[in-house]
Amino acid sequence: MGAGIDVDAAGSMTAPAAPRPKRTLFIGGAVVLVAAFAWLLYGGLDKNVVFFLTPTELLSKGQKGVDVPVRLGGQVKPGSLKWDEKSLELRFAVVDTGGKGEIAVQSRGQPPQMFREGMGVVLEGRYGRDGVFQCTSLMVKHSNEYRAPKAGERPSEMYKSLIKGTTE
Amino acid sequence: MTGLLARDALLVSLAVLLFGAAIIPVAVRRGRSDLLALGTSAVYTNFLLVTIATVAMIVALVRHDFSVAYVAQVGSRATPVFYTVISLWGALEGSILFWAWVLALYSAAVVWINRHRQGNLVPYAAVALLLVSLFFAVLLVWPANPFGAVSPVPADGPGPNPLLQNHILMAVHPPLLYLGYVGMAVPFAFAVGAMLSGEVQNDDWVRLTRRWTLTSWGFLSAAIIAGMWWSYEVLGWGGYWAWDPVENASFIPWLTATAYLHSAMVQERRGMLRLWNLNLVVGTFVLTILGTFLTRSGIISSVHAFTTGTIGYFFLGFIALVLLASLALVAGNSDRLRTVGRFDSPASRETVFLLNNLFLTAFMFTVLVGTLFPLMAEYVRGVKVSVGEPFFNRMSIPIVVALLFLMGVGPALPWKAASRKELKDKLLPPIAGAVVLGAVALLAGARNVYAVLAFTFVGYSAVANLREFFIGARARHVAHTEPWGLALARLVTGNQRRYGGYVAHLGVFVVALGVAASQTWRTERESTLKPGETMSVAGHTVRLKDVWGRQEPQRQVIGATLEVLDGTRVVGTMEPRMNFYPMSQQPVPTPDVRSAFTGDLYANLMSFRPDGSSASVKLISEPLVPWIWMGGGIVVLGALVCIFPASRRSPAARPAVAVPSRPLGVVAASLQSMEPEA
Repeated sequence: MGAGIDVDAAGSMTAPAAPRPKRTLFIGGAVVLVAAFAWLLYGGLDKNVVFFLTPTELLSKGQKGVDVPVRLGGQVKPGSLKWDEKSLELRFAVVDTGGKGEIAVQSRGQPPQMFREGMGVVLEGRYGRDGVFQCTSLMVKHSNEYRAPKAGERPSEMYKSLIKGTTE
Repeated sequence: MTGLLARDALLVSLAVLLFGAAIIPVAVRRGRSDLLALGTSAVYTNFLLVTIATVAMIVALVRHDFSVAYVAQVGSRATPVFYTVISLWGALEGSILFWAWVLALYSAAVVWINRHRQGNLVPYAAVALLLVSLFFAVLLVWPANPFGAVSPVPADGPGPNPLLQNHILMAVHPPLLYLGYVGMAVPFAFAVGAMLSGEVQNDDWVRLTRRWTLTSWGFLSAAIIAGMWWSYEVLGWGGYWAWDPVENASFIPWLTATAYLHSAMVQERRGMLRLWNLNLVVGTFVLTILGTFLTRSGIISSVHAFTTGTIGYFFLGFIALVLLASLALVAGNSDRLRTVGRFDSPASRETVFLLNNLFLTAFMFTVLVGTLFPLMAEYVRGVKVSVGEPFFNRMSIPIVVALLFLMGVGPALPWKAASRKELKDKLLPPIAGAVVLGAVALLAGARNVYAVLAFTFVGYSAVANLREFFIGARARHVAHTEPWGLALARLVTGNQRRYGGYVAHLGVFVVALGVAASQTWRTERESTLKPGETMSVAGHTVRLKDVWGRQEPQRQVIGATLEVLDGTRVVGTMEPRMNFYPMSQQPVPTPDVRSAFTGDLYANLMSFRPDGSSASVKLISEPLVPWIWMGGGIVVLGALVCIFPASRRSPAARPAVAVPSRPLGVVAASLQSMEPEA
């Protein structure tokens, strides 16, 4: 499938007896249409592709990585988490899985329930000129291979008071 | 034991399919009706064998027979029976088995219903169906074998993916999707059969598959809407469409199928677009296979999934094979595919259908390119990228808006050529509807150009389509002095295909209104509440009553009870929850939705203090979202009106209805009348 189909469609419009120039016109028109559409697609993709980067990769991009939409994947640096309940402001730093390439992150809104220091996260947003990543969407990284929570991570232990209180 | 039996059934079916696909062409060439009957029986035998395998799988799931690989993968003793049964389509191998079963069912039904038809079209279509079935049988025997033996047998399993056992719509969406996807194999098989048998010039394949295509299209439409609904009810972000590759995979073939439903009418009425229609039918089928590949091979999360499984190569090989074979067939039949009709005037229905096809195809390419680009980029350049919503929205919204307008123009124009008077009478009055809805949108505060245009064109086209009902019914009312209701009913039953199409249009308008309104006027608010505190969004106020927890057999639930207030009066409660499944690190959000005709109030529990002293809640006002589900229902209703057998004015000519005692006979009889009634 591809551009050929459009040409076929336009081509089959004309009756066999139709004069040649008309057919050429149809094919020419179709080619122009397809080219214009392809150009639009290309332009749209060029502007809207979001790179998925690690903190180190983002930092190594230098100025090219500033103020463009990015998906940043890394770990929440232990000890960096600050949450202000009044202003709903969340601040932390992300690092590579190796612990390198630290980037400060600012986000608004309550962190997800299971948000912890040291866990993998995927952040959507832009790296600002001030060196702070403004995060618009924060996702806790979950692989398709789900695994059982370790001891102490089980909700029945963590939320004992809640679950015990209303067991039916 | 059951595993072994099922595995044997699949192995035998592989042989049966090979035999059938080989013997039918021989039988046709030599004119041997005995061999042909033998070959055709392969279709029924395959259905029987795959049914045995599928039932065996369900039995193994329900009996927690963890010696079967698939059960060990998705089963768990704690999962409720209902979710255990539907985990049949919860992972790769089971869903391929279900695919194969649906295909076997469609194949057996279509061959049975057309068993008395003379000529070589149906036998060759059966060959095509057998070959597609063969592909899935190969998958089931090798790379996606669900019946592998597990040893030692585990005592319990992990249970289905938590997301898939959290909502009842998971029982609805996948079967609908498979019925829609797989059904597209029928028009494909008949197109191939027509080309193989050299019967492509009489357009019979289009007529014979009309209802099948409509049926699959109806299922696919319903599946897409159900998928949106599931995403809305389960994922907790309050949206229903994110241009996610999995969503796109179901939407891409829907676009080409929709294009085909319209262009097939041009072929039947005017003898044009025959080559184009073959391409659309082949394309739709390939796109369903591609969709299955994208969603089922694991390639979406990463191309590196390729290295862990070989199933991706099977799919790519099959797609390449189908494309090459179809291309060769089309080239070999090019003499027979000449157009007989010609365009008389640009002001005609066929012009609008042509434009509709152009826009739908462009739409399809947009979504396809946006979906495949990240895979290509990672494969070719080794970079991980995603194509964001802005790309899809920027490219597709203008197309959607144009299509909404065309949906009003098409029904208003006659075939061949419209006179100046017809144009004036039909195209001018709906402008009133456009003005009204456009003004409503502006007054309500819509400022986005495309949003206002969408409302305007929906206004125009809704009036244009409704007027078709009105004009037709009025003519009957005046001419036959029938009361309005009867006139309308007779109008629709007299030309179900046409008016069913308009009903489907109206459904699309309702969906469009729901989408446009909820995108334009959605408001959300997030707050951390202590018990007794309130929060408001867009005139809705809720008060946190308490935060609670509950142990259920297969999961732990933490919930917040919110009281919905009207002034100081409590008018209802909402219970957004988080479900914690033992095998998952992350809770599954379970938002609560309070629906009204004018929109939803959507509450999601974002987080909570372990001691229950506070909870963070996201509250979203979602105007007109229920209209999307209602509109989807109307679309399906439209498809049903088109599919249902036309009322007969001469019942004497219908001997086939004489066997009403057998349900299959009734279905067969109703589906047998394939001639167009337009």
